[in-house]
Amino acid sequence: MLRLPRFSYLRPGSVAEAAQVLSEYGSRAMVMAGGTDLLPKMKRGQIEPEVVISLGHLDELRQIRAVSDGGFEIGACVTLAEVVSSSELRAAYPGYVRAAALVSSPALRNAGTIGGNLCVDTRCNYYDESYEWRKALGFCMKKDGDICRVAPASATCRAIASSDTAPAAMSMQATVVLVGPKGMREVPVASLYQDDGQFYMTKAADEILVSLRMPDPGRWKSSYVKVRNRGSIDFPLAGVAVALQLSGPVVDDCRIIITAVGPQPLDVSHAAQPLLGNRIDDTILEEVAAEAAKPARPLDNADLSYVWRKRMTRRAIEQAVREAAEVA
Amino acid sequence: MSSIGSREILRFSVNGRSHELLVKPYATLLEVLREDLRLTGTKHGCEAGECGACVVLVDGTPQLSCLVLPGQVEGSEITTIEGVSDGGTLHPVQQALMDHGALQCGYCTPGMVLSSKALLDSNPTPSREEIKEALSGNLCRCTGYVSIIEAVEDAGRAMA
Amino acid sequence: MTTVANDRNTDLRVIGKSLPRVDAVGKLIGLTAYADDIELPGTLFCKLLRSHHPHARVLSIDTSAALAMEGVVAVITGVDLPIKYGIMPTSQDEHALENEKVRFVGDPVAAVAAVDEETALAACRVIEVVYEPLEAIESIEHALLPPTDEPIHDYAGPGNIHRMGALEFGEVDEGFAKSSFIREDVFFYEGNTHLPMEQHSAIATYVGDQLTLWSSTQNPHYVHRALSRVFDMPMGHIRVVAAPHGGGFGGKSDPFSHEMAVSKLAMITGRPVKCTLTREEVFYVHRGRHPVLMWVRTGVSQDGKILAMHFRTALDGGAYGSYGPASMLYTGALQTTTYNIPAYRFEGVRVFTNKAPCGPKRGHGTPQPRFALELHLDKIAESIGLDPVELRRRNYVKPYSRTINHLRITSCGIEEVTDQVINASRYHERKKQLGHGMGFAVSSYMCGAGLPIYWNKLPHSECIIQVNRGGVSLYCGATDIGQGSDTVLATVAAEQLGLWPTDIRIVSGDTGLTPVDLGSYSSRVTFMAGNAALQAAKEMRDILVEVVAEKMECSPGDVMVGEGKIGELSFEDAALLAQERLGVLTTRGSYTPPRDIGGKYKAAGVGPSPAYSYSAAVVDLNADPYSGEIRLNKVWIAHDIGRSINSLAVKGQVEGGVYMGLSEAMMEGQLYRNGLHKQPSMLDYKSFTFLEMPEVETFLVDTVDLEGPYGAKEAGQGPLLPVIPAVVSAVYDALGVWVDEVPITPDKIMRALDARAKGREGRYGPKKFPQISYPPIVKVPPFDATSSAF
Ligand SMILES: Cc1cc2nc3c(=O)[nH]c(=O)nc-3n(C[C@H](O)[C@H](O)[C@H](O)COP(=O)(O)OP(=O)(O)OC[C@H]3O[C@@H](n4cnc5c(N)ncnc54)[C@H](O)[C@@H]3O)c2cc1C
Ligand code: SF4
Ligand code: FES
Ligand code: FES
Repeated sequence: MLRLPRFSYLRPGSVAEAAQVLSEYGSRAMVMAGGTDLLPKMKRGQIEPEVVISLGHLDELRQIRAVSDGGFEIGACVTLAEVVSSSELRAAYPGYVRAAALVSSPALRNAGTIGGNLCVDTRCNYYDESYEWRKALGFCMKKDGDICRVAPASATCRAIASSDTAPAAMSMQATVVLVGPKGMREVPVASLYQDDGQFYMTKAADEILVSLRMPDPGRWKSSYVKVRNRGSIDFPLAGVAVALQLSGPVVDDCRIIITAVGPQPLDVSHAAQPLLGNRIDDTILEEVAAEAAKPARPLDNADLSYVWRKRMTRRAIEQAVREAAEVA
Repeated sequence: MSSIGSREILRFSVNGRSHELLVKPYATLLEVLREDLRLTGTKHGCEAGECGACVVLVDGTPQLSCLVLPGQVEGSEITTIEGVSDGGTLHPVQQALMDHGALQCGYCTPGMVLSSKALLDSNPTPSREEIKEALSGNLCRCTGYVSIIEAVEDAGRAMA
Repeated sequence: MTTVANDRNTDLRVIGKSLPRVDAVGKLIGLTAYADDIELPGTLFCKLLRSHHPHARVLSIDTSAALAMEGVVAVITGVDLPIKYGIMPTSQDEHALENEKVRFVGDPVAAVAAVDEETALAACRVIEVVYEPLEAIESIEHALLPPTDEPIHDYAGPGNIHRMGALEFGEVDEGFAKSSFIREDVFFYEGNTHLPMEQHSAIATYVGDQLTLWSSTQNPHYVHRALSRVFDMPMGHIRVVAAPHGGGFGGKSDPFSHEMAVSKLAMITGRPVKCTLTREEVFYVHRGRHPVLMWVRTGVSQDGKILAMHFRTALDGGAYGSYGPASMLYTGALQTTTYNIPAYRFEGVRVFTNKAPCGPKRGHGTPQPRFALELHLDKIAESIGLDPVELRRRNYVKPYSRTINHLRITSCGIEEVTDQVINASRYHERKKQLGHGMGFAVSSYMCGAGLPIYWNKLPHSECIIQVNRGGVSLYCGATDIGQGSDTVLATVAAEQLGLWPTDIRIVSGDTGLTPVDLGSYSSRVTFMAGNAALQAAKEMRDILVEVVAEKMECSPGDVMVGEGKIGELSFEDAALLAQERLGVLTTRGSYTPPRDIGGKYKAAGVGPSPAYSYSAAVVDLNADPYSGEIRLNKVWIAHDIGRSINSLAVKGQVEGGVYMGLSEAMMEGQLYRNGLHKQPSMLDYKSFTFLEMPEVETFLVDTVDLEGPYGAKEAGQGPLLPVIPAVVSAVYDALGVWVDEVPITPDKIMRALDARAKGREGRYGPKKFPQISYPPIVKVPPFDATSSAF
């Protein structure tokens, strides 16, 4: 049986206390919400905290609240399943809820949280196996080694951004509330990530994600399309979140976020320009998708060929725009 | 704050019986059930959240016991396969799986039973699509799934 | 499910009914103890240290740090287990722990027994092994070249060639010369693995010179033999128990390192020792489907009759022999059991590579050539403008005939299974429509191998029935790996004794208690153990009937058996009466396949079977012309089962076979990168979830085989075979491109579409077959018909 290494388990009584112990232990500690990402990685020796600080039991992190400006604040430890079963969220943010519903399998969604999902580790098939396996392959920069195996010339790790909900939250211009030793701050989800598969988050290691603030959807309609091998369990091979505003059949505004095609989710809304002021048709959509998929840089470190994944990104963009606009 | 340095007493209830157990903080619920309580009906196929063989119900909700720490189930009510049938009477899901020939080696069966039971407890008349979706994290290598879908549909009817 | 009955024998009471498995309840309530669930007082836990080099000499192993660790009780290396073993007499090439050199990443070099798994693992990590890496061989092409360092093995050869074969039946050159159309194709079938849900596990005790091993094995008898060899111990001092089994599919058919290691450690420590593999280790243990490169050339007459066929295969065997010599021959053996091929030449080679060893997986050696053959026939049909179903029908074998390679065909429902799926699916009424397609294929499979794995004249299956104080126990070495063999045995006996299957206590798969059955491989158990059980049960019935007849003062022929009664007496009273007179009642049964079912040439041992099952499938799917993504709509499968012993169980086997065929056709692959398994996890080794699985409509065709128990044939492997080519054929139907390689993933389909869009051939697959110096062809004289019934 694959087992966890030894560690100490702390169960703080509040977020404030959690933040305090996290900064005390520094890099020796990590927080855990559902544990569905952290625990398998600890079992495989990819992540080795000596202290695990549990957050999942903190009621203050488990609320979904409608806020006065018309948006919602979702506690970091609300599970993906709770998001999926919330009819209010589904009505307001169909793209985000769809993304949550497409994460892995039902039992995993009963444990996995939205905060953990935003912070989920990047993936790479030179990295996501056991210690023994990585030793046989040769360690890489992301853990225990010094070069990138998939892109040896790269100065940074190119592991793949794999959160399904991050792009969907970004498409709604959501923000997150972080609490750290220096207090609380609110930052856009979009600014949480950077182009480095090893240090994939911009937030400080001792900052705790407290909640996700989804703004008033107003007229924004949204969708999320996930490309993967199987209909369940699997991480995205490409993911596209789209948010749209329409006047009748005419597009007023459109945001497109793509993910799983590089170390961070990418905002490629600039490519939607040709859609603005127009009806959605195949020609425009093809043009938009081609442009939007340009920054996608899938590498040979996930399932199926990267050429296919790149092309599927285009296809997923087209599909996501159509779904957001509810046109067939 | 409570901390579990090396061991802690864990209070939880399994199949209606409460336990106070000295556990290691890093032994998963799967290990606690199988090794400490010797409830070996809960199976394991990957220990990494990828197969569904280890599914148990925590307060009625299916969870992958290989990814649950004991500290996370403090005070919870856990149902394992050993607690599903009522004395000598099989639960309708178990009965239907048996009648439909929906188990062969039986290794995925405990996880299937618990995922199905949780589904039917919340939705006694699921569509085929809903059944497939609800069980989509439970792999089975023997049956081809077809008979399991039929069985769960039938069990729902029997429970209604 | 529809059953097409061909006989009127309706007085069967339990045979053929849809009844639950006899072992269902224990599994449903979590009480069945699989190997890893067994724990004995004082059990120690074992972990194996495995090589992280694909090919390397072992220069030294230092276990002192491990031995010094608290909680470590014993550490062993190859020095402690010097005797080699292997499943086949000709491939005794494995050490339980390798001491001189390692041949793949995952090859075990040391084993630790400790108070818990955590300690054992930690101890493995401090064992110091010094390796000298050698050139790693990673592909068939590479293995065919002369090695730069040294061959992987110092037997067989030349170089890394393990086995070769070259046979010709009939006049092949003449056949081609007469042909009006000749076609050649090249195919590749990627290797894949069994992925049983249960990870292999074994626990051993050694008490008073008696070694007992409980293991998740399909073949306790062969493990028994291997243990006896490795420990140089009499078989009588060893007992191997096949624990309730969490899925095999061929993957638990070899004797394994962990079984040897726990046995040795139990001997050293005097305590029970258990080893349960991790999922990653299960991928290394493997013994799964061989990657096979295939070339086939066929000549047909104007009206589509096959006149000659030349079939070449090259198998990537991985690091050890395993069942390889048989696997290689199987890639050439069963082409002839579906089609009448008057002239047939086969050349095959199996090479060693530095990968996890390949072996038997469901269909052993035959899904690969079946895939190639069926698609090749599709292509021929298209080339000569004939409907693919019609082309096949023109070449179907006839019941009760001999194939050119001397195999005896008896009952044969190939026409009926074809009719069933073609009619039900309305295959010929489908409309040509871009993105939608249907594919059809047929196949056949053995009901057990005609010969045992090692040469001996003993029965292949034996069975004892004991009736004691009214209770019935049936003892048989057969191993229920989920396929339902316990249920089959109970049903066969129940029918004869007028009881219900659950009235029979089955004791199976235990070399200490049960007579030998060779094991759960090659779909042999229903046929062979079923016959052994039938014989024993008939004899028991005769004894009981006779005693009752005497008491009733009537002739035995007037004693009715059924509904729990023997004549006027209840079964129990009849049994007590008989026991009063005769003492405890025991009867025996055994089965040995007939001798004349195959040829007498060298290599004739692979292919013969007392009967063949037949299957046909139609797959209906949508394939996206942009992305190559496939959505399966429905599969129609018809299977010639002879007769179902339990139709619910047969349906389950058929559906399971369809599932496994679809999953491996579309996503499963045991892939390597830099000599290392690319994805040893259940997340990354893809297999179908509920959501990929389409609707399946099953048709069971009864042909009532003359030799099968009650006419039964196999169902465990055959129904997988036609599904794989049918998927690929349906994709061609939908998109007009060929993917001559499985798994048929969307990116491969996209490559084929791209090629066509660029004006090239709309195809993805191997370009050419390598130059191989096969041995000189052995021309086999025609079968001597005078020595056989037909
Ligand atoms: C088989 C399998 C399949 C999966 N498939 C998918 C998939 O398809 N899509 C997908 O997006 N994910 C997938 N996941 C990953 C993961 O399960 C989910 O992303 C899940 O939502 C993570 O949430 P969690 O609460 O379990 O995170 P945890 O495991 O608890 O934490 C994940 C990371 O986030 C950090 N973290 C968690 N909460 C906070 C917080 N509040 N503040 C700061 N840091 C925090 C942790 O320190 C850790 O680094 C899969 C996992 C498995 C095992
Ligand atoms: S992208 Fe490169 S550095 Fe990052 S995990 Fe993969 S191989 Fe390692
Ligand atoms: S053992 Fe928990 S999901 Fe596989
Ligand atoms: S019955 Fe064997 S894995 Fe499901």
